[in-house]
Amino acid sequence: MSDATKQQDWTKPAAMAIPEGGYFKDKMEQGRYGPIFPRTPACYGFSIIAKIIPGREPVFYEYARNIEEAVAGQPDILAVLKLHYLRWNLFKINGETYFQYMGIFDTDFDKYTEDAVAIFAASGLSTVFENLEGFPKDWKTNAQAFIKFVRDHQRPSFLEYGEYPFVSADEIKKALKLKAAFSNMLDQMQ
Amino acid sequence: MIAVGCAMLEFDDIQHILLTRAPALTGRYEFLSFRSAAGGQAWLSAISDKVQSAAAMRASVGSDKRWVSVAFTWSGLRALGVDEASLATFPEEFKQGMVARANMLGDTGENHPDNWIGGLVGPDLHAIAILFARDGAERKRCQSEHDSFVAQCNGVDILSSLDLEATPPFDYAHDHFGYRDRLSQPVIEGSGDVPTPGSGAPLQPGEFILGYPDESGMPYPLPQPEILSRNGSYMAYRRMQEHVGKFREFLRQHGQTHEEQELVAAKLMGRWRSGAPLVLAPVKDDPTLGADMQRNNDFNYKQMDPYGYAVPLGAHMRRMNPRDTAHNMNRRRMIRRGATYGPHLQEGAPEDGVERGIAAFVICASLIRQYEFAQNVWVNDRNFHELGNERDPIIGNHDGTLEFKIPKRPVRKKITGLPAFTTVRCGAYFFLPGIKALRYLGTRGNASQP
Repeated sequence: MSDATKQQDWTKPAAMAIPEGGYFKDKMEQGRYGPIFPRTPACYGFSIIAKIIPGREPVFYEYARNIEEAVAGQPDILAVLKLHYLRWNLFKINGETYFQYMGIFDTDFDKYTEDAVAIFAASGLSTVFENLEGFPKDWKTNAQAFIKFVRDHQRPSFLEYGEYPFVSADEIKKALKLKAAFSNMLDQMQ
Repeated sequence: MIAVGCAMLEFDDIQHILLTRAPALTGRYEFLSFRSAAGGQAWLSAISDKVQSAAAMRASVGSDKRWVSVAFTWSGLRALGVDEASLATFPEEFKQGMVARANMLGDTGENHPDNWIGGLVGPDLHAIAILFARDGAERKRCQSEHDSFVAQCNGVDILSSLDLEATPPFDYAHDHFGYRDRLSQPVIEGSGDVPTPGSGAPLQPGEFILGYPDESGMPYPLPQPEILSRNGSYMAYRRMQEHVGKFREFLRQHGQTHEEQELVAAKLMGRWRSGAPLVLAPVKDDPTLGADMQRNNDFNYKQMDPYGYAVPLGAHMRRMNPRDTAHNMNRRRMIRRGATYGPHLQEGAPEDGVERGIAAFVICASLIRQYEFAQNVWVNDRNFHELGNERDPIIGNHDGTLEFKIPKRPVRKKITGLPAFTTVRCGAYFFLPGIKALRYLGTRGNASQP
């Protein structure tokens, strides 16, 4: 079995310790906008943490309802991001509110930066970022400034774990479709 | 797409190569270095008169015998005396140049700039002069004239040159592998060109020409001063050797009969070598369809071939233009120009070791958003469309460890150990100024220059 095949073995749960800074210096891969954080058993991902502009908390809760509606209305609205999961949190440190945005996905963020910016611009996903301190006002036309903000506020993992490592969301969806198809086939055989 | 209203294209200020294709059978690229700003300006001010605008070319294409374009690297703009404040306003990827971006572009191993030829990897590459000529005699005349002129310019060196030759048969454009070319090109709003069926609506000019609204509804930021950048564009140059002997041997290995070999060739590309798209002609070649511009690009993937039974998900054509299976395609389109070089290898002849290939330009308003995205994500992402261990079978970087999967019922065919059919021999990023900008660069007489 090749190294690549071993790494892709979804039957074996795996963990990966990641050096300080988030990169393996000897295996650093360059993306269009800078080095790419490594793919781990928990796929690609980011954890963006930024301080919100004081008093803007209600906007975040309104934003949550908007996203819920947007995805319900157009389920593939975020498809280009190749996501598994997204989580949004608000929490306080020393009385100041911070925002955390964590994503797990199947492609490094740099690959689809411009697409992500376009989606955010078109879908109203923008509002929440505009309530973060230091977020570039010209982000809609300045992908570079957007990605710089994301990189500056990224807090890379030092450890990641996957119960079914390296499996993409598309593979999972294919497996579930296959299961449904077999189930349907058995129904038809009755 | 955002409706922004069509800005009038300044045809008399846009270099012809951006909007038109010369009816040439030969050509020549000259790569130049300027030892002094004065020398470079003298060369440029003389050659600018020979660079046709799109308007000039359209007016006299029937009688002209040669067409000239000129473009510069970032260090070339500096060598011509452009000041540091202006140079700083150009995009980072252009400033860095193709060599510095090699790893991200997938130019590693055999394709690494360490192996490039033509003297193009250093900062002394300043300019390219592109000649397309109607025939060999005209090219010879132009070359001789240019050689004499460069000899008179103090401080201008020719780093290297490349002669271009169409490959027979000459009645349609194709590469050395035999694939019909120039079947799918974006059309620019306001250019007067009409998209062929299936090619999508015309795109906002700012996707390709600086100073106009792009598909976001706004113009891409202009490097300063505006006279230097307006009506300009960026060009990624790639010289790719095509290993024709290896390619034909591969087809023989994977196809028992001529028909099977042709099908393997078609699966790698997504079209039969005649140009007929597999989506419309999945089982048997249809040369009439291949040659019919009203039909040969009229298909999609999402509805017509979602699983890749016709065009494999990793085929060259599906990677370079995923059509309705990718997002924001209008922000990723590119204009392709260029030609083949090197002698034709007769069918049945053994590999002769002579270099032949394609020397092409990708023209776009944003190298990082358009060209580099295509190279990084579409060409060399091993996991494009969840393929796991593939790259573009024609122009991807291959070291013999990757595969190519051909969907087929009941089970797919998997070709392992795909060889490299092409090798990058050199490349560079250029800025293609407008006609007024050429005159500005050539006649600035910048007093601060030595």
